[in-house]
Amino acid sequence: MSTTTIEPNLETHKEVQQVPSATVRFAGDSGDGMQLTGDQFTRTSALVGNDVATFPDYPAEIRAPRGTLAGVSGFQVHFSSTDIYTPGDMLDALVVMNPAALKTNLTDLRKGGVLIANSDNFEKKDCEMAGYEANPLDSEVLEHTYQLYKVPMTKIVREALKDTGMGTKEIDRCKNYFALGLVYWLYGRDMQPTIRATEEKFATKPQLIEANVRALKAGWNYGETTDAFHSSYRVDKARLAPGTYKNMKGNTALAWGLMTAAHLSGKELFLGSYPITPASDILHELSKYKHFGVRTLQAEDEIAAICSAIGAAYGGHMAITTSSGPGIALKGEAIGLAIMLELPLLVINIQRGGPSTGLPTKTEQADLFQAIIGRNGESPMPVIAARSPSDCFEVAQEAWRISTRFMTPVMLLSDGYIANGSEPWMIPDISKLPKIEVKHPGPLESGEKFLPYRRDDMLSRPWALQGTKGLMYRIGGLEKQDITGNVNYEPENHQHMINTRAKKVENVASQIPLQQIEGPATGDLLVLSWGGTYGACKTAVEECLEDGLSVAHCHLRWLNPFPRNLEKILRSYKKVLVPELNMGQLRTFIRAKYLIDAQGFNKVKGRPFAVQEIANEIRKQLGLSGNGQPTREANAAVAALAGATDDGG
Amino acid sequence: MSTAPTALTATDFASDQDIRWCPGCGDYSILAQMKKVLPQIGVPREQIVFISGIGCSSRFPYYMNTYGMHSIHGRAPALATGLKSVRQDLQVWVITGDGDALSIGGNHFVHCIRRNVDLKIVLFNNRIYGLTKGQYSPTSPLGKVTASTPYGAIDNPLHPLSVAIGCEASFVARSIDVNVKHLGETLKRAALHKCTAFVEVYQNCNVFNDGAWDYATDKNTKFDTVIELEHGKPLIFGKNKDKGIRLNGTEPEIVDLGKGVNPDDLLFHDEKSPEPTLAYLLSRMRHPEFPEPIGVFRDVDAPKYDVELNHQIETARGKRGPGDLNALFHSGETWTVA
Repeated sequence: MSTTTIEPNLETHKEVQQVPSATVRFAGDSGDGMQLTGDQFTRTSALVGNDVATFPDYPAEIRAPRGTLAGVSGFQVHFSSTDIYTPGDMLDALVVMNPAALKTNLTDLRKGGVLIANSDNFEKKDCEMAGYEANPLDSEVLEHTYQLYKVPMTKIVREALKDTGMGTKEIDRCKNYFALGLVYWLYGRDMQPTIRATEEKFATKPQLIEANVRALKAGWNYGETTDAFHSSYRVDKARLAPGTYKNMKGNTALAWGLMTAAHLSGKELFLGSYPITPASDILHELSKYKHFGVRTLQAEDEIAAICSAIGAAYGGHMAITTSSGPGIALKGEAIGLAIMLELPLLVINIQRGGPSTGLPTKTEQADLFQAIIGRNGESPMPVIAARSPSDCFEVAQEAWRISTRFMTPVMLLSDGYIANGSEPWMIPDISKLPKIEVKHPGPLESGEKFLPYRRDDMLSRPWALQGTKGLMYRIGGLEKQDITGNVNYEPENHQHMINTRAKKVENVASQIPLQQIEGPATGDLLVLSWGGTYGACKTAVEECLEDGLSVAHCHLRWLNPFPRNLEKILRSYKKVLVPELNMGQLRTFIRAKYLIDAQGFNKVKGRPFAVQEIANEIRKQLGLSGNGQPTREANAAVAALAGATDDGG
Repeated sequence: MSTAPTALTATDFASDQDIRWCPGCGDYSILAQMKKVLPQIGVPREQIVFISGIGCSSRFPYYMNTYGMHSIHGRAPALATGLKSVRQDLQVWVITGDGDALSIGGNHFVHCIRRNVDLKIVLFNNRIYGLTKGQYSPTSPLGKVTASTPYGAIDNPLHPLSVAIGCEASFVARSIDVNVKHLGETLKRAALHKCTAFVEVYQNCNVFNDGAWDYATDKNTKFDTVIELEHGKPLIFGKNKDKGIRLNGTEPEIVDLGKGVNPDDLLFHDEKSPEPTLAYLLSRMRHPEFPEPIGVFRDVDAPKYDVELNHQIETARGKRGPGDLNALFHSGETWTVA
């Protein structure tokens, strides 16, 4: 087939259907380039003005054995003409590059959705690798349930690139761009952003630019010229608030938020970190910005990572350590030291599935206990959680503001879902962001004794810096006398210091905003959430409100201390439902603190909540039946073609 | 260092805290020498920081009228690395012990030395856990009977200098608590060295391991059991300076001077040798087979982590200008909604 007759961006001559939003997933072997493909589709969708939310899902193994179920990598993009807060429950279109990808992803495709398969990868051997006895593409149930397109991608790409002088292996690596081009056609997307990105990426390898762009166009042309596809879809621009936007991943937003916090407080940033999934991208990102005065130390272990950060904090820098749950466990003793030293420090936990090594690449929010109480002794520290990729930018500044105001380490929670997901971020006007005021005591020349633990109205102590004359003082992890900071073992002093450190953290509540809710101020049910479940909870509550249910949503940013008005809010509803991707950790704190009979809705499968799961639970709590929308395909014949069912609706 | 400070004395470096080491502890001597040496270095007190881990020796920072931190077990090198990375204006000392540095903090110890951060590490080696009341340490000899090894220690000890030299430490020295003049000189050399300076001090714990270093301190035996290193000089020891160390192939051997052996035949000390081989060989000379060397084993220059890190910052700023967040935010693909 021709690859040159049709230029990109030409309008389709086929029928076009307008849809408000769509959810697409690219799934293939972990070597098939699905993450890159999804990322390109996301950027393009953001650039044309859709609201977007993404969910990359990949195995922990860099290259699991080819063609196996364990090696399937997927990237889901939800793009919309309205505001969206989740990467979508059910798929409108699914691209599978091999039988394993079909098997592990099919249940997420809605009935009647578009299913595009690379039929060249469904040889007998491929099918057996995925545990199929016969080629599933020949199954009638697939034909009947979905719009199935069997596309011989490998053959077409080989044909299109045969005169490039490239080897078959290299040519085959371009087939993800064919799939991308085909889906671009399906949703009327502009190919130019991807062509530009390809030209930048392979600036020194013109052959690879040519090959990828040809594959991309071949995909687009396949949609337009073959008879297989009758119509395509269009998703209009979203009406986002006026401003300039950028598509942002959570970890990037967090890194930039930290740099912004450093700028706003007149500090330079020091990061001590040890590589761990899914936090390493923050280390990678911050390492680039040496000209911003950002110093990063890849330490020998998690303990050295936090200790080097404490050393930098002691020296007056903005100090950060980043990790995930297993690393935070190793840092526990040093967090206690920072609490005792009363130094500002951000401890960032990008949560993943646990316990132990757990599910490194999957999301979970089961480190809340660890964050709030997971240390020896009475060791309170403020805990804040980001709710979405772009929220990471603000949360980083808020955490640093509190950390410096109160001279305390702050635990900042994100998770793999937020970290790797992306959404549009409105670029702020830096001159309008609130400054973070940081003070250091000046020299004492008179011989007067410096008192390192003399406290201010919020019980915060002075951040005295080395190099300041007359302030030479010694601190340490042993209990200290209040005011002087000298080592002290007296019973009354210990109780006093325990009380003081606790009160100091409680005082944080006076410096954070009152809790807001969405929905009516009183009612039958309040959904109380925190962290990465924000989008699913918000969307579910909005749906239920549209259906006339008496329900509201309260999403916590600060988990310790809780906002001052939280109890009043919780008591304004007949029921409180706490959906969490853990076994009920926030719920436990809520019940313990307020003696409120909060109900849990808990899932620990390494996957985010679907909106419909929450919406169905709300209805169940209110004594109503579900809304009849299944979250997963229930057809038994289809189930037989799919792998282990995931969330089970 | 702004204006020339009036000359300080050892007393100026004493904090107001009561010293709580056991009477007779070797730590007192090290503290006294540190207070005596620092005024000679000329760094103002407010620019000196002592960081320690956990153990008897780690109480040290409380007794110095400088900035100080008594941190957690084994982690002082990591804390000091972070501090020095952001504050090149400070002179940072790490005070540690054999358990703190080589057991619980072994990882930080080797990586700190490998990075060659400009820190001065003083390891008080008493071959025992003192603070926890007498368990064996990673430097306790085989067979050592302690509270936790009633049948004798069965794990082979580590030798701090061999470990440090194995990590290609740029400055390595050894001294003895009671050899105060030598100790003072050694600390001074460490203070002036501009990379990681590592000093092992033989320190007597008179409560839990009294006499561990008697062979090296006893008036009657020390001339035969200790050999003082001097750069560029042959290795000669003995009360009458009549014995020396000669290389036989790659092995050291003890020879008597005279009887056909001249000082020129002996092994000459070269602390500036770029290769750590000689220093390692010296660190392997152990009692009772050999006299144990004290003094500076190695003193070379090498790239320093803290200097390189800050150099990268300055170079990046020189090339790209100071960071501009606004420009960063608007870089790459953006779109505007009117």
